[in-house]
Amino acid sequence: MGNKQTIFTAQQLDAYQDCTYFTRKEILRLFFRYRDLAPQLVPLDYTDQPDVKLPYELIGSMPELKDNPFRQRIAEVFSEDGEGNMTLDDFLDMFSVLSEMAPRDLKAYYAFKIYDFNNDDFICKLDLVKTLNKLTRNELTEDEVRMVCEKVMDEADMDNDGRLSLEDFQHVIVRAPEFLRLLLFDFHKHN
Amino acid sequence: MARNVGFDQNPHYLEAGLESPVDEEGVHDSFSQLIAEQSQNGPPSDTAFELQELQRELDEEDRDNMSVPTTPEQEARGGLRRGRRYPERDGEAEQLSPLMGGRWSSATLRVLSSMPSRTIGRNRGAIISQYYNRTMQLRMRRHSRPSIRDLPHSSRPSLRGYRVELDYNETDARRQDHLVSNLQNLSVSDRVRMLQAMPLSVAEKSQLRRQVLQKEVSHPRSQIPCCSQLKYYVIIAARQAWYSWLSFLHSLQLWQVALKRVGGRFGTGVLSYFLFLKTLLFFNLFLFLVTGLFLVLPQAVHPPKPPAQKQVAFSGLELLTGGGYFSDSVMYYGYYSDSTLNQMCSESQAGCDHAQHGLSYNMPLAYFFTIGMSFFITCIILVYSMSKSFGQSFRIEKSHSMLAMKVFCSWDFKVIKKSSVALMSENIATQLKELLADVNLNHDNKTLSQKLCRLTVHCLAWTICIGSTVACVLAVHYLADHMHALRENPMRNTSDPLMREANLLAVPVVVSLINLLLPGLFNAAAWMEEYESPSVRTYVAIFRNLMLKVSVLGVLCYHWLGREAVASETMGLQCWESFVGQELYRFLLMDFVFTVLDTLLGEFLWRLFSEKVLKKSRRPVFDIARNVLELIYGQTLAWLGVLFTPLLPGVQIIKLLLLFYIKMGSVMLNCQAPRKPYRASQMTTIFITLLCFPSFLGATVCVTYTMWSITPSKSCGPFRGLNTMIQAGRLWVEQLKRVNPRLTWLATAHSYLVENPLFLFVAAGVFLIVIYFNTQVVGGQRKIIALLQEQIENEGEDKKFLIRQLQSTHEKKRNRPRQCSRQDSAC
Repeated sequence: MGNKQTIFTAQQLDAYQDCTYFTRKEILRLFFRYRDLAPQLVPLDYTDQPDVKLPYELIGSMPELKDNPFRQRIAEVFSEDGEGNMTLDDFLDMFSVLSEMAPRDLKAYYAFKIYDFNNDDFICKLDLVKTLNKLTRNELTEDEVRMVCEKVMDEADMDNDGRLSLEDFQHVIVRAPEFLRLLLFDFHKHN
Repeated sequence: MARNVGFDQNPHYLEAGLESPVDEEGVHDSFSQLIAEQSQNGPPSDTAFELQELQRELDEEDRDNMSVPTTPEQEARGGLRRGRRYPERDGEAEQLSPLMGGRWSSATLRVLSSMPSRTIGRNRGAIISQYYNRTMQLRMRRHSRPSIRDLPHSSRPSLRGYRVELDYNETDARRQDHLVSNLQNLSVSDRVRMLQAMPLSVAEKSQLRRQVLQKEVSHPRSQIPCCSQLKYYVIIAARQAWYSWLSFLHSLQLWQVALKRVGGRFGTGVLSYFLFLKTLLFFNLFLFLVTGLFLVLPQAVHPPKPPAQKQVAFSGLELLTGGGYFSDSVMYYGYYSDSTLNQMCSESQAGCDHAQHGLSYNMPLAYFFTIGMSFFITCIILVYSMSKSFGQSFRIEKSHSMLAMKVFCSWDFKVIKKSSVALMSENIATQLKELLADVNLNHDNKTLSQKLCRLTVHCLAWTICIGSTVACVLAVHYLADHMHALRENPMRNTSDPLMREANLLAVPVVVSLINLLLPGLFNAAAWMEEYESPSVRTYVAIFRNLMLKVSVLGVLCYHWLGREAVASETMGLQCWESFVGQELYRFLLMDFVFTVLDTLLGEFLWRLFSEKVLKKSRRPVFDIARNVLELIYGQTLAWLGVLFTPLLPGVQIIKLLLLFYIKMGSVMLNCQAPRKPYRASQMTTIFITLLCFPSFLGATVCVTYTMWSITPSKSCGPFRGLNTMIQAGRLWVEQLKRVNPRLTWLATAHSYLVENPLFLFVAAGVFLIVIYFNTQVVGGQRKIIALLQEQIENEGEDKKFLIRQLQSTHEKKRNRPRQCSRQDSAC
């Protein structure tokens, strides 16, 4: 297949194909989307693996993330430095996990990390409160938020330690078959 | 990657006491710090050094001087006691679980942080060890057992023999080496799949992959075949070809872009309607291909002898009524010949060579078998998709964790339009409020009079619905009778051909009007009722709509099969099957016309009206349930008509294609997303079940009844002259027996299996027994799940108890040397 592209070496493309759920064409398409965010920062030649990181402001201006209340958490979870500044690898990782081909376990793991605001690997009550406020844009009253958090803890916390571990979270997710379709980005429609 | 963003780890804060123990963030801070330290590649001494520092800090504040409470109440009180020194939120201490209330000593924390359940799946080292386990399992499953040399020295096999327990004091680098060696020993596809599914970043994964490939190159295995290089290239080329084929298939998917646009703007609910439309399209495509290939094509290639009537000229009205030019064409049953095509000699002549002039094609048999097989295959596909969808949405445990699911599984990341996002937030807030209200609802508050009032309102609404349904059904019945009489009596018949054609359209128009208007009446009746939950309301609406459609279709079928078929001779109808086929074509067409009208009037004009006249920005809502039921109704008509009109699936395909674009355009322009909560997977299961049970089953019953009991017309169609259509099959079997005596077993098998009802009874009995066993199994699984949940809770209690004991042991150990040192100084 002689695709005469000079952006990546063949080994790089193979590595990306093996480590993400994308084909060569999709990887190149995603690269061009990454580049479109900041053409002057991103070189057209990645064969020498330049260390280019796009700041969070640019990533957050993408159409998929622009109006998503969880955009900061998504960027933080997938970025290497945890601040939301993404390299191309992080960018591909994000789209790979949020693509149709990613399995449920992988999505559940990352969804857990997105909802875990303080990054302590548990969803505690504070994380839940922040999640709720982001979900409903602060439309619920404080009382309602408190009641919802209590009920969620009651329902989901299996070992009664006051916070949700990854296993508790997966136990909740397993009962929602539409979860796979919800945690999804389509990058196909923007060419 | 477990980095604290925005957290102040300044130890001065700890000293200044601005962090209260009831402040969970503080506890997690030290915890995650320990975990982050653990995941670094330093030898254990570094960790110990850090912990000692932490301990020193803690000692400085004299915090470890506290008695460990032994009961939850004492703990809460202990929390309150400690809390007096620090700012505390009201009621927070009691709500805080006992595990978080204590300020554990550093030794306890160190033990806690290396607890297996708390590290699996989180930090990098733990992920690597988890995936080491998984690759090991995969290798064992693939029968390529790792040699003893590959296993780490400190590992001990577990009792089950599958999972190899790792020593948790191993460093990260060693774990990575083990994982790399495991990955090497997997096949290429397994390795790729493992790599893709690992929750690590792409950079780390490519590093792992590089190590695996390097090791492969540097340590060639002894049993490499001589042409391994060629095999490697072949595998790479095959994989590239497979990827490009996949992307080609992906781009070929029908309507992909449009569906994603709809999903992005309106969410999964409206999307499920369009996906259902696509499914129906594929069903019809299959039917069309089968009937086209086996029935239409042979008959079109060998047209029958010219008919007695002269050919009617084509006028535009045929498209509406299906009669006229179309009535004597390959579209209807009457056109098909009843003999074997392409057979030059008849059977009565002796010594006839059947294969003389090419392939002979037994049309009656082909007709019978094609219809039978296509129904059978459609049945299998439907039952399979129904069971798959049911399996996805059925939940064995009866727990009601609706709220947790609503919080975590309701945000649709696909939706990117700003207004839709705002709408989704609003929807979720409303749903959460409703769920809270449900949970908090106190059912005892309803007094008897209120209950009675509700009951009467329900009864009234049901009476209205059932009454209107019965009235409409009777109206259709009398109208059909009237039309029947009109056709029968040539005196009363008007001579105007246009009026005659218009009369044919009367019943379809009335039925379509009923289908359009009555659901609105049902909605109005439901508006005054109040239901416990919105999903009950949706189910009741669907049930009422379904009842209407089933009764209307039932009366029509009775009319066609019971009256038209029987009384065909008195009417002078040459071919009742063709007539029924034409009727079904007209019904299908009118249904389409009225749906388009409804879309125009209901959505487009209503939007203009509400915007220009009422000046409201509220757009009409796309009623998913009603539209899906209309699709199911249309599909039932198509299935009913396949026997009489083999080209009807083609008409249905055209109709569905046009409907897709019209509905898509209308939804985009006019509608807004539904405000009611919509459980997409459950509704899809219900719709597929409705497609299978009333719709397909009803159609199958009608067709079977037609084939089994009704006499075909004597002058047209492939079954003329026979008593029933099934007789064609019996005659063929007997003919086989005559021609080829060796096939007698087929005839006997046929008479015992197909004709004998006992076999069917036995088969049905076996199925019922299997179903009963499965329900018992499900009941047993439910009990086991309840037991396991109890066990998990007990384990949680055990864990808390042990942690507290650990803490008290450490306390005692620390206090003893301190007391000793004080005593020393005194001594």
